[in-house]
Amino acid sequence: MSLNSTPLPGTIGAKQPLAKSSSLFGQSMQKLLKNKLAITGLVVVVMMLLACFIGPFFSPYTDNKVNMAMMNKAPNLKHWLGTDALGRDVLTRVLQAGRISLTVGFASMVLSVFIGSLLGAIAGYYRGIVDQVIMRIADLLLTIPGLPLLFIGGSLLSEWKVPTEYRMYIVMFMLGFVNWPGLARMVRGQMLSLREREFMQAAVVLGLRDRRKLFNHLLPNIFPLLIVIATLNIGGSILSESVLSFFGLGVMAPTPTWGNMIDAANNLIDFQERPWLWIPPGFSIFATVIAINIFGDGLRDVLDPKQKR
Amino acid sequence: MKDLIKIDHLSTYFDNGNGKVKAVDDISLRVREGETVCIVGESGCGKSVTAMSIMGLVEEPGGKVVNGQIHFNGKDLLQLSKNELRTIRGNDISMIFQEPMSSLNPVLKIGEQIMEPLIVHQNLSKKEARERAIQLIEQVGISRAGQIVDSYPHELSGGMLQRIMIAIAISGNPKLLIADEPTTALDVTIQAQILDMLRQFKEQSNMSIMLITHDLGVVAEMADYVIVMYAGKIVEEGEVVKLFQSPKHPYTQGLLKSKPVINQRQDELYSIPGQVPNPLELTESCYFHDRCAHCMDICRTKQPKLSEVAEQQKAACWLYEEAVVHV
Ligand SMILES: Nc1ncnc2c1ncn2[C@@H]1O[C@H](COP(=O)(O)OP(=O)(O)OP(=O)(O)O)[C@@H](O)[C@H]1O
Ligand code: SF4
Ligand SMILES: [Mg+2]
Repeated sequence: MSLNSTPLPGTIGAKQPLAKSSSLFGQSMQKLLKNKLAITGLVVVVMMLLACFIGPFFSPYTDNKVNMAMMNKAPNLKHWLGTDALGRDVLTRVLQAGRISLTVGFASMVLSVFIGSLLGAIAGYYRGIVDQVIMRIADLLLTIPGLPLLFIGGSLLSEWKVPTEYRMYIVMFMLGFVNWPGLARMVRGQMLSLREREFMQAAVVLGLRDRRKLFNHLLPNIFPLLIVIATLNIGGSILSESVLSFFGLGVMAPTPTWGNMIDAANNLIDFQERPWLWIPPGFSIFATVIAINIFGDGLRDVLDPKQKR
Repeated sequence: MKDLIKIDHLSTYFDNGNGKVKAVDDISLRVREGETVCIVGESGCGKSVTAMSIMGLVEEPGGKVVNGQIHFNGKDLLQLSKNELRTIRGNDISMIFQEPMSSLNPVLKIGEQIMEPLIVHQNLSKKEARERAIQLIEQVGISRAGQIVDSYPHELSGGMLQRIMIAIAISGNPKLLIADEPTTALDVTIQAQILDMLRQFKEQSNMSIMLITHDLGVVAEMADYVIVMYAGKIVEEGEVVKLFQSPKHPYTQGLLKSKPVINQRQDELYSIPGQVPNPLELTESCYFHDRCAHCMDICRTKQPKLSEVAEQQKAACWLYEEAVVHV
């Protein structure tokens, strides 16, 4: 019983000439390039990344040696952004802090997107009791606003005297953990409607396993949404980390982050007399988060036009 | 000919809060090897639900197969575990749907979607599956297959997509192909091509087809055996020529009358008066009674049974029950 492969009469070819760059991704990227604002955001982010990750290699002050002779010097030719209370170069510290802040933001995003999309997908696909359990946990976490939760977590870390070198990693986890429920809820909603689509019935009819249906058929349909959320999520995480560190509950000195650098200028004298201590990290946070969000919004417009605010 | 699939007393009900809908109500039918059986009937009479029940697509909550057996190759599909069912679906039984545009996943390439069942069911490597996919695309009459494998559904026309669906459906050399209104969404010339193609595959591979349609032209062209459904019940069935020549059930007669005849212009196309009854309000009766010109007292209170009215032809209508005194 086999089908011989003679083509049938009435062979048809492609009606319209197939577009050259036929990938959906390629098309979206072309649209994105036309969005000037989004591209500006992207350029700022990329420049910030390059500066933070490559910049310090060109600085003579990376050892962060305490230099009492150079305490609190205003910006000058040797120290472009001045020095801090311990005589360290502010520019170098801002860039090094950027490495940490950006890494923490990115890593916690990866974590929350991973947990959120996995749990959301499972809840939406299987529904019933699985859905109930996952979503009740998510709801519970959502009712407690994120920041207080993080504050409690941060205080516990201090209480338990967690060594400062580990705090960075724990903060990553905390941020990722706080952000997954919202994402899970969104992914679940998408799954609930996608699973009813006719092509999923067609996939059932093909006799595919749940795992294949879930990850090969359903998840690719929400990739655009995930990319957008992930991008915006990085901005949010950087901000949360900064707030946390500013209050001394996040990543702590000597590991520099933008948040705890501003904290160093937390008295009125420093604030008024030595703006070079807090303006550079503050501006970095501001510029990075705004740029990421502008870029994320642009991405949303091309990838997921339905979700426009 | 041996029975390939035999459905006995199948009932599938839906309950969406405001009452029970007997979408399929105690139907029995069979498809033999190499045979094409057409199921016809107006919208909402339970054709698709019959197909869904066979494929295990009726999902709780909401719908449930409440009774019956579906014997395929000696096994009752309704008793199989999820795993056993999976090896039959997409392999021995495959299905194509009405809307080719929405039956393919919009974000996956055509090639990926053809390859997947090949990889899953036939253990082909990615490379082999891709070659076979290209072969299949050529086989369903699409040129430039090498290019088509890497395109996305939105880049193809409806007719081409339905061909792709057929390619996927026949890729496992199924014994039974269920086609739920496969040409309704397509224009007439493409319809004919698609039907030709199905017929040719059927002849080449001795596959059986269960074809669901409400187009009697399609029935005349394709069917060996016809089943007429009305409000979840089979009201008439029979060998195709017999049924077209001498339809017994008033509903079938009406359907045939409402079919346009070529070369014979009618001022107005005949249509059966009235509407399909609300499935929530059905009581014991012939469900067709309020639209039937021959309605008798008994029709309103008792349901006629499907019984032999001629050789190879059955109908469920009191007109043919000998016990009833005709008025
Ligand atoms: N998922 C569902 N939930 C509730 N009721 C349903 C569902 N699917 C079908 N039904 C009901 O079952 C009955 C039969 O529907 P079915 O889809 O089988 O009709 P059909 O004969 O295929 O019609 P069409 O020609 O329009 O495709 C209808 O009354 C419909 O309302
Ligand atoms: S049973 Fe009665 S109402 Fe029903 S089709 Fe026959 S004659 Fe008409
Ligand atoms: Mg239908």
